[in-house]
Amino acid sequence: MGVKKTDIVLLDDKGIRCDGRKIDEPRNIMIKAGVLKNANGSAYIEFGENKILAGVFGPRDVHPKHLANTDRGILRCRYHMEPFSVSERKNPAPSRREIEISKVIKEALEPAVMLENFPRTVVDVYIEVLQADGGSRCAALDAAAVALADAGIPMRDMVSACAAGKVADTIVLDINNEEDQEGQADMPVAYMPNLEKVTLLQLDGVLTPAEYKKCIETAINGCKIVYEIQKKALKDKFFGDMSP
Amino acid sequence: MNVSIIDDLRKKKILALLKDGQRVDGRALDEPRPLVIDTGVIPKAEGSARVRLGDTEVVCGVKIQPDKPFPDLGDRGIFICTAEVLPLADPNVETGPPNEEVIELARVVDRGIRESHMIDLTKLVLTKDKSVIGIFVDNTVTDYDGNLFDACSYASVASILSCKVPKWEIKNDAPSLVPDSASAPPITTIPVSVTMGRIADTIIVDPNADEWKCMDARMTITTNSEGNICAVQKGGDDGFTFEQLVKCSELSIATGAKIREILKQVPGGNAC
Repeated sequence: MGVKKTDIVLLDDKGIRCDGRKIDEPRNIMIKAGVLKNANGSAYIEFGENKILAGVFGPRDVHPKHLANTDRGILRCRYHMEPFSVSERKNPAPSRREIEISKVIKEALEPAVMLENFPRTVVDVYIEVLQADGGSRCAALDAAAVALADAGIPMRDMVSACAAGKVADTIVLDINNEEDQEGQADMPVAYMPNLEKVTLLQLDGVLTPAEYKKCIETAINGCKIVYEIQKKALKDKFFGDMSP
Repeated sequence: MNVSIIDDLRKKKILALLKDGQRVDGRALDEPRPLVIDTGVIPKAEGSARVRLGDTEVVCGVKIQPDKPFPDLGDRGIFICTAEVLPLADPNVETGPPNEEVIELARVVDRGIRESHMIDLTKLVLTKDKSVIGIFVDNTVTDYDGNLFDACSYASVASILSCKVPKWEIKNDAPSLVPDSASAPPITTIPVSVTMGRIADTIIVDPNADEWKCMDARMTITTNSEGNICAVQKGGDDGFTFEQLVKCSELSIATGAKIREILKQVPGGNAC
């Protein structure tokens, strides 16, 4: 898992990070909607070195039946990493980490999905991490939200996610793998850009109260950048590639 | 989710009271329930505590033993914190593998203590890359009345503060116990977790079981002795505005400072 302590310079005196980015610059993000034939909705995302597929099924009958809700639909989410997605082979069985991430992703998407329209049904969101880099839960969420929209499921808003963190005593946008290992704090955030609500927030690492505020604001700005890319992916699918 | 009529009525009552700034058990919005901590309750464990947060009760034990370090972290000891909700704690708990809520509970409690660097793990190395001291903190919830996050966190911190670390020497490449030489653990800070619920536009500290059922969203923030934030976890099926997140951080720092004073008084504690 972890990398040995190295002497990499996380932030040089010109404010350039170890992968050449500025402090407020996200990694390269590419999203494609509608990539699977059988799923009702799907999306593929490349977010830095992350390569993630998301597929959505439903609304459909609930199995097992006792999970069904009479007044609203339920959302189920599975975040799963392939054994080959990381440097050392990962056991394919779901780890405790993956179960927790599945739960927080489900809770981040749920406020956006109008489940009250579909009582007694389930919407299943399956996320497969083909290659993992830092920030895989945010990238996974971005793909899952596009896949939900691609499936035509009524939503109040898009859900866009991006992390911020603290590296070399500076708040930076979109932590990569090295910065996650060597940095001081990592804060993944998911945000509904039109309703202005944070639906996922986690933090590992020590921040002062002022840094905590700045970190949330930085991450929200990143979510807004991701939101534009998500919208473009959906427009490209339904209206054809409109880029000049 | 099977919502009974009683649950529905109770929820209406809780919501109506909150509109007037009142809580169902008479507490102020930012007031945690009474916290009672007994330490040394399990003499066979190197540290232990029984914590009551209102009617939520947790028993926690610390076991300390030599272990192999993690391959990439040969220069520090091992810290692992777990949590389990016992079937005798609540009629809805089933035996069997832990569900996602219990897994989240254990991971959030572990993260708060780990990320605060409460224990200086670099002081727990016997032979670098070969042999280190492992500190295992296991929480068992024995009675449920909501907010297990904070109850387990306080039980873990109290157990760690009151534990004694036995001494081992390396003889013939294996750790050998030195009798009667246990010492205080290397404590650097006291992390305090504060869990808040948002019900409509109101944020309450330390929700009890009835309030827990009515929450739109949840926030657990752990702060350290310097009043800095070291771990956050949002939960629940709705979100928070930026202003609410800032309010939660302020509440967690203010409430955390009061709880930290209680934890410092723990009998047999080694508080810094």
